[in-house]
Amino acid sequence: MIRVQQEDFDIGAEIAGLKAGRGDIGAIVAFVGTMRDRSGDHAVDEMTLEHYPGMTEAELQRIESEARSRWPLQASLIVHRYGTLRPSDNIVLVLTASEHREAAFRAAEFLMDYLKTRAPFWKRESGPHGARWVEADARDRAASTRWDKIKDAAE
Amino acid sequence: MRLLYFAWVKEKTGVAAEDVDIPAHITTVAELMAWLKTRGPEFDHAFARFEVIRAAIDQAHVRHDAAIGAAREIAFFPPVTGG
Repeated sequence: MIRVQQEDFDIGAEIAGLKAGRGDIGAIVAFVGTMRDRSGDHAVDEMTLEHYPGMTEAELQRIESEARSRWPLQASLIVHRYGTLRPSDNIVLVLTASEHREAAFRAAEFLMDYLKTRAPFWKRESGPHGARWVEADARDRAASTRWDKIKDAAE
Repeated sequence: MRLLYFAWVKEKTGVAAEDVDIPAHITTVAELMAWLKTRGPEFDHAFARFEVIRAAIDQAHVRHDAAIGAAREIAFFPPVTGG
């Protein structure tokens, strides 16, 4: 399941929903991305997340399908917010559920790494120094491509 | 063809979405960007660093050498920064 929304999410309620009536789940991993009040040397007061309606949903579904083809997951959920956020606000939630913990841990990390470099979201930060579009981080690119290598090695 | 622009590409072109008649000789995303650059100072500025701009055809990521073919919608945007 994927969702793109302006409103906040309740992590406890999302986990409860994911495992309701499911006796086949033995491990749930939750990742929550939240907003920092600093970016490098600059204070950040506010962040606006723009996205590409339509492609965002399509891309998140592709990323989720890829994770489910790589690991035996019983369930998964990606919730990503857009709009204007403030420090400590939730940005993204990834839940993965599996029979044993390894698949859930690895799939959650994979989903975040892929989402960072593929889901069409753009952050614009503003603070006392003005506003600027956040630049893509080379470390995110590296984190994402390592899964390509792992896949190649497995083939 | 429907063209969409996001983030600083949108800011620089001053356009979020438009329907454009693309000349028949343009067959790839790279050629389309080179042509868009000639549409005025805003577009010239927006596509100045065209090598960093990413593209999507019908809501899927593509490379600059991708064929436009029968695309309905082409989007241009900076590298993504979600998550």
